[in-house]
Formats: sequence, structure tokens, C-alpha cells
Amino acid sequence: MQPSLAKDMLTTVIVAALLIWLLPLLVGTYTLTVLVIYGMLGLSLGLIWGFGGILCFGQAAYFGLGAYTYAIAAVNFGESTLPMLLAVLVPAAFALLLGAMMFYGRLTDVYLGVITLVVTLILFKFINSTAGPQYVIGKARLGGFNGIPGYQTLNVPGDPNAYIWGDAYFYFCALALVLVYLLVTWLLRSSFGRIAIGIRENETRIALMGYDVAARKTLLFALGAAIAGLAGALFANWSEIVTPGLFSLSQSAEIIIWCIVGGLGTRLGPILGAAVLAYLKFLLGQQSSIDNTLIMGLILVLFVLFLPKGVVPALSGMWKASFARRPSGRSRQARRRRRTEHG
Amino acid sequence: MDLSFVILIEMFYAVATLILIGSGLAVVFGMMKVINLAHGEFMMMGGYATITAVNAGVNVFVAILVIAPLIVGLIGLIVERLVIRHLYGRLVDTMLATWGLSLFLVGLATMIFGNTTTGISTPIPGFAVGAYQVNGYNFFIIVVSALLVLAMLAVLRGSRAGLIARGTMQRADMAAALGYSPDRIYMATFFCGSALSGLAGAVLAPLVGLVPTSGGAYIAKAFITVIAGGPALIAGLVSSATSFGVINQFFTFAVSPVIGEVALLVAAVVLLRLMPQGITGRFFKGKL
Repeated sequence: MQPSLAKDMLTTVIVAALLIWLLPLLVGTYTLTVLVIYGMLGLSLGLIWGFGGILCFGQAAYFGLGAYTYAIAAVNFGESTLPMLLAVLVPAAFALLLGAMMFYGRLTDVYLGVITLVVTLILFKFINSTAGPQYVIGKARLGGFNGIPGYQTLNVPGDPNAYIWGDAYFYFCALALVLVYLLVTWLLRSSFGRIAIGIRENETRIALMGYDVAARKTLLFALGAAIAGLAGALFANWSEIVTPGLFSLSQSAEIIIWCIVGGLGTRLGPILGAAVLAYLKFLLGQQSSIDNTLIMGLILVLFVLFLPKGVVPALSGMWKASFARRPSGRSRQARRRRRTEHG
Repeated sequence: MDLSFVILIEMFYAVATLILIGSGLAVVFGMMKVINLAHGEFMMMGGYATITAVNAGVNVFVAILVIAPLIVGLIGLIVERLVIRHLYGRLVDTMLATWGLSLFLVGLATMIFGNTTTGISTPIPGFAVGAYQVNGYNFFIIVVSALLVLAMLAVLRGSRAGLIARGTMQRADMAAALGYSPDRIYMATFFCGSALSGLAGAVLAPLVGLVPTSGGAYIAKAFITVIAGGPALIAGLVSSATSFGVINQFFTFAVSPVIGEVALLVAAVVLLRLMPQGITGRFFKGKL
């Protein structure tokens, strides 16, 4: 029933190209850049939660770890290519260790949530307390609550003076998101992805079929962390300062809200949820009569109560209900197109 | 000699704080299996209720021991009726909904009280032990939490209401068949849990500068205390609070307060890895 991988990828590329061309006409690229970065962060949790069934309360830990790794490495090396790589590898390695500890210990839902939450909190507390001059990695001072400002931002590989910034940086981030999206698409169609979904559905059955569930969960967890780390590095380049706030619980909460609102078990849902809610937050930040956090909390409560599946699955369900019984050429084509976008 | 006495008091104080923080959650999570991520915000509201009442001229102990638990209990009642009632048995959904609730309450408190630090002075003066100054309020906290544990034990073990509540949590259908309404019992239990959270927030309010986001500081500690405690409600609470409190204070005195906090969290992760069922899943089995 699923359209072929090549077709899926082609549609993705065409739709993405259209969006990258059209969106800057509506919203400034500076804002769009951060929406794209948040989209990638949403996708990272959407992958491990929606498809792997691993509810991680500390996805912000990898986001922050990626950003800090990039900043520290960029201060030390004075260029951006190696720091970008490190910003992906360090969170992934960290997640590999943490994941191995959790999944080989057969910890599940509540304990998983609490441990990831606590680890995020440890990182937050530790980074917050590193204000003193003794906390130095290479040439970079960790700076405690004030964070690390003034590091080398993204440059063309090999030429530290050719910065990528402004519009060009937006296109860079958007391209990165499209590549990650395609990678996730490919991954979910590979045998690894199918087995990961199988683990989400019934862990015991997959284990009895002879697959190493703990190893596969650990690997998927690390992959999610790598994507979050990349998003963190991109964020560090965009904001030009990294602070302990990146590790905070509210950041973690926001990622979970994006996924819930957008829709779990879809690739597009978390990205869309992240972009829309982040933009909403940006608009709400411009007024002061109603507190921002209050509205975010209300959205989460209402979605859990009334639309626990999220927007994208609900819309696709509605689409199916209205067009399923009319197998005329046009609607079937439309349905197929929709499925490739959201599937 | 003086130093060891001070350290001993500090350890008791750390354990008592953890028991206080964990007690409300132990009822709501340990008994009802509702993961209340808004627990920290319930405590924050208890703190605000106390401060508002004291500023309005109420005796500080009345505010702490009566007004704050009642107000937070009532708020808990409203929350239970509106949100949590629909989500019993759906673990992850309750978790998410209460997280949303916690954000909502933080936002609400910010709108009402503003994003500034408020506080009241501690009502009991400190005294000197040799060369050291000891906060007299710490004794109050130790006494309150000891009484709290005894009271919980008495209610859950000795009273008919406690028996009915425990029975309903174990087999709701059986309790219903015997003529008790599980819906009402759940409601009442949640009220008690919220009131305990409010009491904890109120008792700790004179010690901390209260901001709307104060709740976040408690929530992780409360959860690790209750989860590491395991299935036995009170034995688990006391045993895990004791181990974490001692570890925390040991590293606080040996290194620094920040390392003390980190040591507590690391100990929690290690403990959960070694004993996923909690301390009482392995020791003190079958106790309350």
C-alpha cells in the first residue's frame, strides 16, 4: 500500500523546495531559521517516541549538549566544521551510554521518564554552577548561568572568515532539516525502522522473534540524540550564545508538547507542531496581558483530553473518512499524495 | 562535638524535608498511580497561600498548618474533577496532562503574583550551638514531618477510611461491589494528597524565596524519593528519604551544596538501575 521510497522522497523534496521558496516571503528568515531548528528538535523526539515508543523527558539534554559542545569546540578550534561533527557525536555517545544503562536494565515508561528527567536536571545544575574560573575546557570558560558567548559561528569549511549567516544560514538549516527528514524516512523503511516500530507495538513478541531489543532501542535512542545535538549546534549558531536554559525542564516540556500537538507516529507532525507552536509563542511574546506559559500549559491539557492523537493524524483521519468511499482517480491520487507527505 | 551535632541536625533536617516533599506525591502516585507532575506547583501554591494569609494578618502557624493545606486541597479537588478524573489508568496521558497543568499554574501564578521573589521571615528564632548558629525552624520541620508520618500511618492502618481507600486502590470493582463509590474515594484521596503537597509547600515557604517557578525545584526530588521508595507507601518514603538525605548532606559537607544535590540525583539513578522496583520492592516487603 505504501508508495515507493523514491516517490516518497521525490514528493518530500518538491514540497520542501516549494516551502523553502515561499515561506521567506511571509515570515522573516531570522524567525524562520529558529522554527526550522525547533522542527528538527521536534523530529528527533518524534522519531524515538512516536516510532520507537521511548518517552524521553530529557530530549533538551541532547539539544543543550549539542549546543555546548559546538560552542566549546568552536572557541578552541576557531572554525566550525569539526565542532559541527562533534556536536552530533558527543550527544549521541552520551545517549548511547545512558540508553545502554537504561535499556539493558529493562527499565520502562515511568522509570525511563524519571531517569531522563533527572539526568537533564543534573546537567542543568552542573552547568549552572560552573561560573568560577576553574571550570575551563581548553580555552573555553563554561561561564555558569551566563553561558558562553562570542564563539566562531558557522563558516565555509576550510575558510574561517567566510561566515554563513542571515538568509544563507536559513537555507543551510532548511537543507539540513530536509536531509534529516529524508534520512528518517529512509530509516523507517529499512528493516531497522520496521523492527523499531514492532518493538513499540509489542516488545515481547519482537524479543521472542530473536531480535536484540535492548541494543536496537539503545541505537534508536542515540540516533534521536544525534539529531537533537545537530539541532542544538544549529541553534548555537543562530543565537550566538549558549546558556544553561537550553537544558531546562521547560525546554524539555516544550518538545513533548510539540510532539503531542503535532501528532505522534508521524514524521511531519512533530515538525509542524514545533514550528506552529514556536511561532505562536513568538507572537504571544509580543503581548503582555496573558502569560505565555499559561497558554502552552492549557494547550497541552486540552490536547491530552480532547485530541490525544494530535493534529496531523486527526486531519488525515478526517480526510480518509470523507474521501475513502469515492475511489475516483482524483481523490485516490490526492490520498496518495497526502500519505506521502504525512505518512 | 559541636560540629557533629550540627551535622546530625542537618541530616535529620534533610531527611525531614524529603519526607515532606514526597508525602503528597506518595499518596497521589504511590496509592492512586497518578503521576502528578504538577506536584511541585501544588507546593508552590501552598507557599503562596501561606504568604498571602500571613500578609493579611493571620497567625503564621494557622496559615501553614490549616489554611494552605485546605486551599491547595480544594484546588486539587477542582483539578481532579476537571482533568484527572478522565485519565485514570492512562499513565502517560496523566503525566502529560499534569505537566500541562503545571505550566498552566506557573503562568497563572506569574499573572497574579508577578515574576518576583516573595517570602516571609522564619517564625522561630535560631540559637547557638558552640561556635555555630542553628536555625530553630529546622526543628519545626523535623517535628512536623515526624508527626506527618505517624498521622499517615495511623489513618491508613488504623482508621476505617484508610482501609476503604487502600482497598479501593487495590480492587476498585470489589470496593464498588461492596457499596463504596470508587469515584468518590478517588476524589477524596486526591484531595488528601493535594492537601499534603500544600502543607509541604507551606512549611518550606519561610525558608525559600518563593517565585512562580519554585515548583520545578521540588518535583524531581519528590519523584525520585517516591519512586525509589517503591510499593510500600510509608516504609518506602521514609527509607528512601533517609538514604537520599544522608547522601545529600554527606556530600554537601564534604564538598559543596551543588555537589550534594548532584550526588543525590546520581544516587537516585544508580538506585533505580539496581532496584527498579524501589527499595521496598526488595526489603520490607508487605509493609505499609
